[in-house]
Amino acid sequence: MKKVVSGADEAIKDINSGATILFGGFGLCGIPENCIAAIVRKGINNLTCVSNNAGVDDFGIGLMLHGKQVKKMISSYVGENAIFEQQLLSGELEVDLIPQGTLATRALAAGYGMPAVWLLAGIGTEVAEGKETRTFNGKEYVLEEAFDADFAIVKAWKGDTQGNLIFKGTARNFNPMMAMAGKITIAEVEELVPAGELNPDHIHVPGIYVKHIFQGVNYEKRIENRTTRKPPTP
Amino acid sequence: MALTKEQIAKRIAQELQDGFYVNLGIGIPTLVANYIPEGVDVVLQSENGLLGMGPFPFEGEEDADMINAGKQTVTFLPGSAVFDSAMSFGMIRAGKVDLTVLGAMEVADNGDIANWKIPKKLVKGMGGAMDLVAAAKNIIVAMQHTNPKGESKLLPRCTLPLTGVHCIRKVVTDLGVFDITPDGFKCLEYAPGVTIDEIKAKTLGRLVIADDVKEMAV
Repeated sequence: MKKVVSGADEAIKDINSGATILFGGFGLCGIPENCIAAIVRKGINNLTCVSNNAGVDDFGIGLMLHGKQVKKMISSYVGENAIFEQQLLSGELEVDLIPQGTLATRALAAGYGMPAVWLLAGIGTEVAEGKETRTFNGKEYVLEEAFDADFAIVKAWKGDTQGNLIFKGTARNFNPMMAMAGKITIAEVEELVPAGELNPDHIHVPGIYVKHIFQGVNYEKRIENRTTRKPPTP
Repeated sequence: MALTKEQIAKRIAQELQDGFYVNLGIGIPTLVANYIPEGVDVVLQSENGLLGMGPFPFEGEEDADMINAGKQTVTFLPGSAVFDSAMSFGMIRAGKVDLTVLGAMEVADNGDIANWKIPKKLVKGMGGAMDLVAAAKNIIVAMQHTNPKGESKLLPRCTLPLTGVHCIRKVVTDLGVFDITPDGFKCLEYAPGVTIDEIKAKTLGRLVIADDVKEMAV
């Protein structure tokens, strides 16, 4: 079993124009920086990206927007990105906005082999329009389908040569369920270790879900909204 | 005098009960964390995957892997737990979060809320708001009573695309505290210096005044 690849360029070599890709990350936290850079280098386009957010102008998925590589974004919130706005208004970019929990759960369903799930979010709103609904215990639910995506790209804190992944802090966010949902999942990690070094009890995503893994380099880990408080006065 | 944003937050903080798990939205709701009453132990949930959210870090101690749903750097309190987004919305959906506080563009007297989209303007997305309003047991809206044009945000029916239906229980504005009842908005408290006549004039939805209406203590 060879899951370890040399780097981002090798990891994404099978991703071609027109692919649907699931991305881990919340804002800029826990995004697969190396793979995004490799997709930009490769220059593929016409991509459908499922990601909670669309990055900012000069980082994250925003870098792919610059090269007009994205045809469609499926996200819950896309507020921090002027180039996104520009491409949306000019009609170059399609966007499908869905509730954040629905986004997470449609990915979860895919990873658990469930074709669809009944969810509360969006009932009575335009989100549920045209979709099947059903009442359970007096409450109405909307049927939401699992994502069907060729690829998932995630970023973990630590991983091993078996593809097992561990995340750190709130950089976990969408990464585990996206990792589980992709037909082919690529994981980049801050620290890649030999099998046996990670405690099996600590694994968040077991390697069965991961096809390619590599040691990432030069992580910027940019903070989107740095907020601090004053130290206490002595 | 109408309340400041801080005073709205302070009044909402009085609704917190010991042992509550609470999700605070972006804007005025975030400020509620600054006024948690002494002796009341609450756990703050951040929907990007954190229970036990603490204050902002001291300068130099920011960690890119420790953020809240507003993408701000935060700290983790002792006893905190992190989890993925699916579990985060799982606990919200399952009714484990006791109280949600969020902002709104419009609230209707039947408990409908609109807070994510203005047609023909740029749409940024609903984030987690639709999931929260659909599932939370107890939702308080924190907002200004009127919009920047001076128009009432407490309406007979929402005019903007809905975020959720029949879900809001209570609204705290700069003018007063209102429960949503079958009779519409029920004014329980008015801000110091604000008259009932002013509240009536600025509320477009059905409004009743509680028999024991009183001045807000902030």
